[in-house]
Amino acid sequence: MSDYIEKNQDNDGVDRRGFLKCMAWAGTGTLCLLQGGVLKSFALTDVLQKNVGNLKGDLSFVQISDSHIGFSKPANPDVTGTLREAIAKVNALPTPPSFVLHTGDLTHLSKPEEFDTLSESLKSLKTERIYYVPGEHDVLNDNGAMFHERFGQGTQGDGWYSFDQKGAHFIGLVNVLNLKAGGLGNLGHAQLEWLEKDVAKLKSSTPIVVFAHIPLWSVYPQWGWGTDDSEQALSYLKRFGSVTVLNGHIHQIMQKVEGNITFHTACSTAFPQPQPGQADSPGPMKVPAEKLRGMLGITDVNFVRGKHTLAIVDSTL
Amino acid sequence: MRSTKTQQTRTARILGTAILGAAAVLSLSLASGALRPRSVIAAQEKPGTNTVTIDNFSFAPMQLEIKAGTEVTWINKDDVPHTVVSDDHKLFKSRALDTDEKFSFTFKDPGTYEYFCSVHPKMTGKIIVK
Repeated sequence: MSDYIEKNQDNDGVDRRGFLKCMAWAGTGTLCLLQGGVLKSFALTDVLQKNVGNLKGDLSFVQISDSHIGFSKPANPDVTGTLREAIAKVNALPTPPSFVLHTGDLTHLSKPEEFDTLSESLKSLKTERIYYVPGEHDVLNDNGAMFHERFGQGTQGDGWYSFDQKGAHFIGLVNVLNLKAGGLGNLGHAQLEWLEKDVAKLKSSTPIVVFAHIPLWSVYPQWGWGTDDSEQALSYLKRFGSVTVLNGHIHQIMQKVEGNITFHTACSTAFPQPQPGQADSPGPMKVPAEKLRGMLGITDVNFVRGKHTLAIVDSTL
Repeated sequence: MRSTKTQQTRTARILGTAILGAAAVLSLSLASGALRPRSVIAAQEKPGTNTVTIDNFSFAPMQLEIKAGTEVTWINKDDVPHTVVSDDHKLFKSRALDTDEKFSFTFKDPGTYEYFCSVHPKMTGKIIVK
């Protein structure tokens, strides 16, 4: 697998030493493991066949993203079908995940029937609980009222929240509301204040997992792939030994490691999008039918208590 | 025989007149729209309504000049939904437009109106009302 070094983008205030990005396209998923500060990567098939390393842990969970229920253009005329295939993939994992994170764009047009289909499809997921954060496609027309009604129980403000599992602290952030003209994703003052307080009393050894729809680092600002005020959020997390940020929105896998923070974006279960700058715009990308499923997928995350980082494995449909 | 100074003055006057003349021609051309961007000319040739096409995550034309009282229609030709929202979030705000859906707004007062897509805020546009 080749390392993919992106062009030096805008100054996002983060130290560029130790930068690494692994990017997996078609074919098998990728396992990236940080061991003692050294990044090792394995193709998923190798891991399964040769049983490389110990992937079992105290906690495993899955991230799915960008199901876009309601989309029906040539890039994928059956997004419900591919979502069901992703669910089957999750259900076939050797260890059932403790929970599933959906990092947004559940629907394509925020329509009630789309939310209905999504909820109905996810009923067959073999897991105890599903956690959601909205994407910009889920909050059209009503500033997120319907999303909040269906999936926002127990959340604060515009829908942010946190919870603990097996000693790790999980934070769901909303960065798709109150977007300003010409801007990127937006967290806002209220959410940032909440976040600062939420982590203030945690020990620095607590593993942190943050999930939000739009990437919390500047993947490609020209296409809106970034969050204007994420630097402030990350400043509250710098003292922690292990921080993992899980995002969606860009419909491809990208990973970046900056000190103790690992950023990871997930595939869509609906349709792929072009790599930064490789097309006029970040719209749905048509690929030959036989290649489509190699570009859609799920992310399986394992946490071993006491270990420095989470093991993230992406697998395609 | 004229003095050098007089010659220079006369030359200056001739040049000055020529420049003024050129400027007059230029301003006439500008007024008639001969030198304006093609997309703006095309829009002005359709009296009553003007169209902005949304495609490839952009508004085309990105800047549209119209007369006060003109109705502008946005049509989404992209394969993802977009919205049309004035920067102040108040003056006009469309629902999410799926492919082939339209939104119209009549601009009554002169001014410059900046707007964006609230789903993809990097998409911006401008209506200049004269």
